Amino acid sequence: MMSLETHIELALLIPLIGLIGIILTGRMPNVREGVTLVTATANAINVWAIFPAVQSGAQPSVTLFEMLPGLTVNFTIEPLGMMFAVIASTLWIVNSIYSIGYMRGNKEQNQTRFYACFALSISAAIGVAFAGNLLTLFIFYEILTLSTYPLVTHKGNEDAKRGGRTYLGILMATSIGLQLPAIIWTWHLTGTIDFVEGGTLLGKVQGVSAGLLLALYVYGIGKAALMPVHKWLPAAMVAPTPVSALLHAVAVVKAGVFSVIKIIVYVFGLELISTETATNWLVYAAAITLTLASLIAMNQDNLKRRLAYSTISQLSYVILGAALGTAMGVVGGGMHIAMHAAGKITLFFCAGAIYVALHKTEISDMKGIGRIMPVTTFCFMIGALSVIGIPPLGGSWSKFLLMVGAADAGFQFIIGVLIVSSLLNVAYLMPIPLRGFMLRPPGAGDGPIRRQEAPLACLIAICITASLTLVLFFIAGDIYDFLLPITIVGGG
Amino acid sequence: MSTATHAGFSLLANLPALQVVVPMVAAPICTFLRFRNGPWAFALLVSAAVFWIAVTLLQQVLTHGVISYEMGGWAPPIGIEYRIDEINAFVLLIVSGISLVALPYALRSVEREVPQDKHHLFYAAWLLCLCGMLGITITGDAFNIFVFLEISSLSTYMLIASGRDPRALTAAFQYLVLGTLGATFILIGVGLLYIMTGTLNIIDLADRLGPVSDTTSVRAAAAFLIVGIALKFALFPAHFWLPNGYAYSPSAVAVFLSATATKVSVYVLLRFEFTVFGGIEAFDDLHFARLLLPFAIAAFLVGSIAAIFQTDLKRLLAWSSIAQIGYMALGIGLGTPDGLTAGIVHMFNHALTKGALFMAAGAMFLSIGSTRITNLAGVGKTMPFTTLAFVLAGFSLIGVPTTSGFISKWYLVLAALQHGNAGYFLAGLVLFSSILAVIYIWRIVEVAYFREPAGGAVVKEAPLSMLLPLWALTLGCYFFGLETHYSVDIARQAAESLLGIAR
Repeated sequence: MMSLETHIELALLIPLIGLIGIILTGRMPNVREGVTLVTATANAINVWAIFPAVQSGAQPSVTLFEMLPGLTVNFTIEPLGMMFAVIASTLWIVNSIYSIGYMRGNKEQNQTRFYACFALSISAAIGVAFAGNLLTLFIFYEILTLSTYPLVTHKGNEDAKRGGRTYLGILMATSIGLQLPAIIWTWHLTGTIDFVEGGTLLGKVQGVSAGLLLALYVYGIGKAALMPVHKWLPAAMVAPTPVSALLHAVAVVKAGVFSVIKIIVYVFGLELISTETATNWLVYAAAITLTLASLIAMNQDNLKRRLAYSTISQLSYVILGAALGTAMGVVGGGMHIAMHAAGKITLFFCAGAIYVALHKTEISDMKGIGRIMPVTTFCFMIGALSVIGIPPLGGSWSKFLLMVGAADAGFQFIIGVLIVSSLLNVAYLMPIPLRGFMLRPPGAGDGPIRRQEAPLACLIAICITASLTLVLFFIAGDIYDFLLPITIVGGG
Repeated sequence: MSTATHAGFSLLANLPALQVVVPMVAAPICTFLRFRNGPWAFALLVSAAVFWIAVTLLQQVLTHGVISYEMGGWAPPIGIEYRIDEINAFVLLIVSGISLVALPYALRSVEREVPQDKHHLFYAAWLLCLCGMLGITITGDAFNIFVFLEISSLSTYMLIASGRDPRALTAAFQYLVLGTLGATFILIGVGLLYIMTGTLNIIDLADRLGPVSDTTSVRAAAAFLIVGIALKFALFPAHFWLPNGYAYSPSAVAVFLSATATKVSVYVLLRFEFTVFGGIEAFDDLHFARLLLPFAIAAFLVGSIAAIFQTDLKRLLAWSSIAQIGYMALGIGLGTPDGLTAGIVHMFNHALTKGALFMAAGAMFLSIGSTRITNLAGVGKTMPFTTLAFVLAGFSLIGVPTTSGFISKWYLVLAALQHGNAGYFLAGLVLFSSILAVIYIWRIVEVAYFREPAGGAVVKEAPLSMLLPLWALTLGCYFFGLETHYSVDIARQAAESLLGIAR
């Protein structure tokens, strides 16, 4: 039996060992993919091994370096980070299976670099999840940005480079220009940058300064894609679909909203957020983003871009939950990280499958797609329903909790916003599978339609994540119990 | 047995003199070593000895306090005193350490860039330059500083001009004109102080300046000194000799000078500003140190912006040096313990970082034959180890956490924040300048990794003799970013002793 501390170190190391293995076996694609799958599985088993202890209330902690007194590279696991690490490491396995089908199906170049950077990104995402203070979070946040850049520009053409530049420019500029000053400001105010139960800023900052500091953090975490710093996400859609699926629907963007929750809960503290009116602007900003992004999504014909705007909208649900400053809001927001991850990765997998099988990217070309790719289209529908929030799929619980949280905080109008947004979700997601099943593909004539699904590896991955949205509906209670302690000071 | 102990003892007691005398005597000997690699091996040996002396001196200072050494047995203030406290022991260590790391690297660079029949002269000039810089640092005598400054400057002109690139000649000439101007200003300043006080010993100067401090002569002396020193360390707007000097000189020279020469000048500034003028009440109203601030800010903004628009890697790094000098001047200008600590620790961290970056640039020059940024396309594939080291050291230049550059910036920003609203503004400017650094480093990353090599000539990875020093400095950037006990503690002690003398 290894100690929990060893498990934490392993969680960061295993992907790096895998990275070396991937580079060394680069000339033998089958061995290389074998290394990826073994690494992903070992990594997930290792992360899950920490889970029971955290569930029973332990908060294992490891300090790797102490740069200056009080400035450390420290990892401390609390429930929220545990959940994020579990999501990222588990979905990495599924995504690796999918990647094999997608990358080979498309005959992509530079696959070794692709798998290597992927492993590095996962290690960075886990570093973000386990970060025990703001500095550690910042370091791994930046590593995540840098390690995903080669993935975004994978195609290497002008489009990819332009997208990559936008991606890197916005994420780096906001993190160094806003997030880092916020961290220094926090240090200046409190003398600590650790994540502490109940927060460290209560009584240290108030009024406009509190609102401003919150703004520096929230906009400094560009990965949370709160408007107007959302442009990088549609730009990142030039990446191969497995990247969009795991990184830009799960690891990277969730690292963003996860950081926002973490900072609100463990740096500001819920008491400060709920009592200080100067921080209320975030509720409105999130509400505006989630509505506007949905409206923009409706006008996108490119499927991946539409999904990207949908992600921006869903990320703001999480920010909204945290901004409410109530227990239900935070738990709902935290749970939405898991629910949306399963739903959105399914949708991206389907988008990629359609591209591999039929080379179609525009929604207007996808009439009758359900007749050609029935499994894919069906799974797309399941994913869409979960994102919209219809029982018995996972997405319904988190939206329910967010509404309760809004009512607790006295923001009744938010309930209206959430309902309208759900309707918008229906309007931009459902037509795709519905037209796919109802209409006949153009030019197919009257005869039987030949089925043409994506490679098997892709299909398996799609089915796994689609079923996951269903499973999540039934285990939502467990997630709730698991996350609730983070909102209670002294109770976790 | 007893004689051996006695000999050992006297050697240790005379280390301050040997620190300077060893390279000084070694330089002429070097000119006689005309066989292949002879001058190089000799210079390396001398550097190792000098480095050992610097380490020993630092240890002595840290355990026993300030060392005062009477040159030739003449008691100060009549004779020349070598006076070693935390700050100059630290600078001695930086200078001799960089020389020791840069020399193995120099072997291949010099073989390629300096004509074979001039190698003995090149290494002799290197040793003289080392001797000059160590002398400036170790001496406790104001006029002696000027003498060693001239030794190091004259040998620097030689080093810069020693390459095959004809543009190096004009660069050296430009530096010669400005360097002479700076040295003359310093001499005038020292002369004025001598007229007013009748002494040249620095400690004695500080003591005797009190009664005559509120005179035009002393104020003029201060002005001449500051301007002269600023010229030597290329503080904006006296910076324009530096980009050409670094870009056209042989790569090894750029490594050596960028990591040491400006640091020594910054040290001289610290010495005059705090030890000599620090105790003068009449200067408190002038906010003597504050005068540096506008130039410091302009330096790091202009340097960073100009670096973004360079088409040549070495020039880009040179402009970035101008910006980094601005950070040091900013820390000094703030004048608080944190600010001074930031300035001093940045001297050390920047020596590591910029040394590594110039080494990487020089290695690329050796293999590709050019450092034009467009010619570096795909260098990440053809020279993976060199490029990776460049990127990692680049992070330190930006100030990414876990690098030594971050430690400097952290102290700098904290020091700025102690100055109220203006401080917030300053901290904002420093961070803005860091974003500019991201842009200019990223330009290289993009060219190196995301563009295909031009084809044609086969580009080889740099030789091991270059890679090892390069990686030693690069890993040093990370070691001193994570383990700050050595660098920060010494810098803080140095800062406190400088300010302590002032009060």
